[in-house]
Amino acid sequence: MSRCLAERSIDHVVLERGEVANTWKTERWASLRLLTPNWQSRLPGFGYQGDDPDGYRTMPEVIAFIDRYAKVISAPVRAHTTVTSVSRSDAGYLVATDRGDWHARTVVLATGACNIARVPALAEAVPSAVTTLTPVQYRNPDQLEEGGVLVVGASATGTQLADEIHRSGRPVTLAVGEHIRAPRVYRGRDLEWWMDAAGVLDERYDEVDDIVRARKVPSLQLTGSSERATLDLNALTGIGVKLVGRLAGINEGKAQFSGSLRNLCALSDLKMGRLLDTIDEWATDNGLDGEVEAPHRLPPTEVEESPPLGMDLTSGEIRTIVWATGFRPDYSWLDVPVLDRKGQLRHDGGVVESPGMYLMGIQFLRRRKSALIDGAGDDARDLSDHLASYLDGQVATTDH
Amino acid sequence: MAASETAVDNGVNVQALLDAREALTAAPEGAKFEWRATCEWKNGTHSHSTVEGFFGLGEEQKHVTTFTFDADHPEIFASEDKGAAPVEYILVGLVSCLTAGIAAIAQHREIQLRSIKATLEGSMDIQGILGIDSDVRNGFGDIKVTFDIDADATADEIKALVAQSQKRSAVYDAITNPTNITVEVN
Repeated sequence: MSRCLAERSIDHVVLERGEVANTWKTERWASLRLLTPNWQSRLPGFGYQGDDPDGYRTMPEVIAFIDRYAKVISAPVRAHTTVTSVSRSDAGYLVATDRGDWHARTVVLATGACNIARVPALAEAVPSAVTTLTPVQYRNPDQLEEGGVLVVGASATGTQLADEIHRSGRPVTLAVGEHIRAPRVYRGRDLEWWMDAAGVLDERYDEVDDIVRARKVPSLQLTGSSERATLDLNALTGIGVKLVGRLAGINEGKAQFSGSLRNLCALSDLKMGRLLDTIDEWATDNGLDGEVEAPHRLPPTEVEESPPLGMDLTSGEIRTIVWATGFRPDYSWLDVPVLDRKGQLRHDGGVVESPGMYLMGIQFLRRRKSALIDGAGDDARDLSDHLASYLDGQVATTDH
Repeated sequence: MAASETAVDNGVNVQALLDAREALTAAPEGAKFEWRATCEWKNGTHSHSTVEGFFGLGEEQKHVTTFTFDADHPEIFASEDKGAAPVEYILVGLVSCLTAGIAAIAQHREIQLRSIKATLEGSMDIQGILGIDSDVRNGFGDIKVTFDIDADATADEIKALVAQSQKRSAVYDAITNPTNITVEVN
């Protein structure tokens, strides 16, 4: 966004509570790699130039990449400046920080969708002998006591942590809710390559059937590894991870798992099948069939005959619970009435209900790729357009 | 109906359901329902239950007619078998909920159904209810539902209907997840 504003000579500052790429530096686990391949992180006027376009950035590489972009575009970053509140003022907005106030006609909220790890209410009932932690606190398996670990949630975070923790010798039970299965590589190409090429990632928020639902879809079960391995539930079962249903309750120290595991796996297998069908059709229509490997389907997700419905959390078998139950944004500093009853920001493709306020970097903001680094460019171009028109007085306050 | 429209008709008014969804999104208070039943003991293990009124959309509601249900145990339990066993009502509740869901979702996805047939098997070790072995639960061990569906759709599309129906089913949820139950005596 800073780059797009600069191109339009719109005077601005970028306020950062820590340093550039702060979340990547301070709130992510050590082994995490970007889920998208190197070539795919395309920012306005900046892209990957190394010799491993199909690799996945490690955390230090992500940090270096974002740092370098900030320098290349000479982004006017005010580091170590924490915004304490944003409120309406006569001229637009008053942005209060721990280093003085700013008056701005427009504000772009680019704090992201993953500020706070979601923890389900039933966490309160976890017996005190069991240690609990969120992915924000998790760094590596050595942090955990020896013994069993219950990982709750089977999207990208849950599957990655289950894999790493189980391989460290701590037997993992994985509580599986809704999840989206995906092969890392399909017909010889990265799944992200297919979704990018076939236009799936460019699908717009105003073109999908149900945008509210589309914004809630969990992250694909993907991981970035040098082997380009698929990390689905079958892969986890293969190394000995035990699958159970969604954690539905904790009663007198006993965890209760939903009996819906089989159906959630069926839903996910069917959804993946439809995505691969879309890819195959696109490949045929675009004459790629001779060029890439033949279509294939993955074997169905294996679910044991009668998955356990309960587990005694007081027996000592489980020493740690990891909540991989998603993240939510933190708008506690936002003193503008733009949140709905569920605490979500009301906006139309990033144009927030409050005139002159914009939002970036959340799931399906304007396109399926909006939450990816690769999605920032197109969204910033669109929204900086709108922002410039707003400053020129050419946008009616109700016109989104 | 315009001639160009495909006349998919499963007898479900999807538009009314979608309108209700929209209205209740705006006014979530109206979405709070209360389902009710009353029951009267007859004799032995035989009881007679009634459903008539319920609460929803912010006011008292009523079924078109009063529905009654006799429940009893089979003769092999030395009962008179004057009605289905209570656990069989659970199976009936589950399959009728899933079947209704399949019809509604098929209508929404413009899939014409010709027939839906289902068979249910709920396994139970009655050592639990008889108090013979405390390690055996009282309820079902496993429930298996088998659907035979004839529809204008591919095998995967039919599987997706059935999967989505489970995802949205109240009874499926009630059976697969725990529910707090309060029982009081007047």
